[in-house]
Amino acid sequence: MDTQPIPERAPVVRPRRSPWAVRGEWLLELIIRFCGISAVLFVLAIFFFVFREAFPVLGREGFSLTQFLFSSEWYPTSATHVRYGTWALTVGSFSVTALAMIIAVPFGLGAAIFVSEFCGPRLREVLKIVIELLAAIPSVVWGFIGLTVMSKLIVDLTGAPVGVNLLNGGLILALMSVPIIVSIGEDALKAVPDSYREAGLALGATRWQLVYRVLLPAAKNGLLAAVLLGVGRAVGETMAVLMATGHAVHIPLGVLDSVRTLTANIAAELGEAPAGSDHYRVLFLTGVLLFSITFVVNLTADLVIRGIRRK
Amino acid sequence: MSPNTPYCIATKELSLWYGRFQALIGVSVEIKHGLITALIGPSGCGKTTLLRCFNRVNERYGNVTTTGEIRVLGKNIYDPDVSLIELRKAVGMVFQRPNPLPISVYENVVFGLRIHSPARSLTRSALDEAVERALTEVGLWEDLKDRLHRKGTALQLEQQQKLCIARLLPLKPRLILMDEPCSSLDVEGTRAIEELMFALKGQYTIVIVTHNMAQARRASDECLFMLMGELIEHRRTEDLFLTPQDHRTAEYIEGRYG
Repeated sequence: MDTQPIPERAPVVRPRRSPWAVRGEWLLELIIRFCGISAVLFVLAIFFFVFREAFPVLGREGFSLTQFLFSSEWYPTSATHVRYGTWALTVGSFSVTALAMIIAVPFGLGAAIFVSEFCGPRLREVLKIVIELLAAIPSVVWGFIGLTVMSKLIVDLTGAPVGVNLLNGGLILALMSVPIIVSIGEDALKAVPDSYREAGLALGATRWQLVYRVLLPAAKNGLLAAVLLGVGRAVGETMAVLMATGHAVHIPLGVLDSVRTLTANIAAELGEAPAGSDHYRVLFLTGVLLFSITFVVNLTADLVIRGIRRK
Repeated sequence: MSPNTPYCIATKELSLWYGRFQALIGVSVEIKHGLITALIGPSGCGKTTLLRCFNRVNERYGNVTTTGEIRVLGKNIYDPDVSLIELRKAVGMVFQRPNPLPISVYENVVFGLRIHSPARSLTRSALDEAVERALTEVGLWEDLKDRLHRKGTALQLEQQQKLCIARLLPLKPRLILMDEPCSSLDVEGTRAIEELMFALKGQYTIVIVTHNMAQARRASDECLFMLMGELIEHRRTEDLFLTPQDHRTAEYIEGRYG
């Protein structure tokens, strides 16, 4: 480009803005800034309050952190020998989540691949709306379904003595996480540039070869993030698992055993623990444990998603 | 598909509609074996559409209707017994923007072999050999032989485009379609791709769509001029540029429009 000499400028006369406009803009900027950082503040505040309630129990005589983490004896209201071991609850949480993911991941990813690559535009719209509807069902309604429909089915089909158990909770959680996995997984597949599809097709790939040789490698980070967000949903879910898993503090030996999860335990017992008592504080400590678990899961998902963007 | 036909591609009265818009109007063209044939014409004249008919990738948009006949290597590619997979194996395509897959250079080159042959028949040494041969043929071997496990998408654009050509070669295509292969490359890259085209000519039939008339002039043997979905003129490149028969061709190569 040619550089032209810049003509000398006449001094600009700016219309002066009223002081109210200046102040208004300043205020608006302040509000927006606050909105931006509020999320950080809230997370820190929640962590702070939960930890503050939990903290005093750490130094208490007769309480040991190892026992808290690794003992499966949870007798918070025993008259003679109070024990706070959350191992069975942690195992409960993890086993329900793992079972849910074993069911939800193939279903969710399969549905995501179908919606994004195989179905026609009209069917796709219908499916997406229905899947979003599935995500909007409140968890207590899922709990109801677990407690009534699912538990009866399980008793009839497997002959288990009780229908509310690990299998029931896993199925309900799977149904709850599938919509998340589908919608995030579909986004990840849609983010794969169309030029990759054309490249594969022009080389003579079949649709299925295109999916597993081109799309899955290209979208693997996004799909992994979809799965991890599904895991986050399943670990944190409370109401549905409280109603569907049977609520027995017990390390499960099979899918037909009843279990209790960390979340369900807090929800069920906090109302009955006297404020400030050891029991109350231990429940808060369970909250800290849960918080740490979901934090790690979400952080992993986040780092993985960031990994996609960089490429 | 037998190679013993006079023409590599022959279309008869080929018309194509995207929905209700007619993009090709009665195109009859014969493209000879072993030459570089350039498709030129202003934007929207249907040259890319015509190119994309030859391996039927147009069809993925769903709302495409075609009438007429396209014979590639003597076989009507709309016959019901034609396998799209075999067709696309014989007809390679290079796109406007280099589109190597987000896998390693090595895997990009053997991609075609992997999807077209049963896994058991592919030995490590056969694959290694195919990679070396294909990359040598496009002139990338010296540059990339120590970096075969880098991602194909991490290369320079020129190398990416060469890689996109290299990945066609292990399938031994008869015909390579190029859709403005140099439009995202600089002068050096363009020259490299053109030299590569000269090296591949004879062994492969090349059809190239280009916006760049100078490129058509220096890099093709025959030239097709298209306008508004119609084929206006098809002659030897020198003749088309020196003594165009149709006044629309003459005006286009003089740069009056387009």
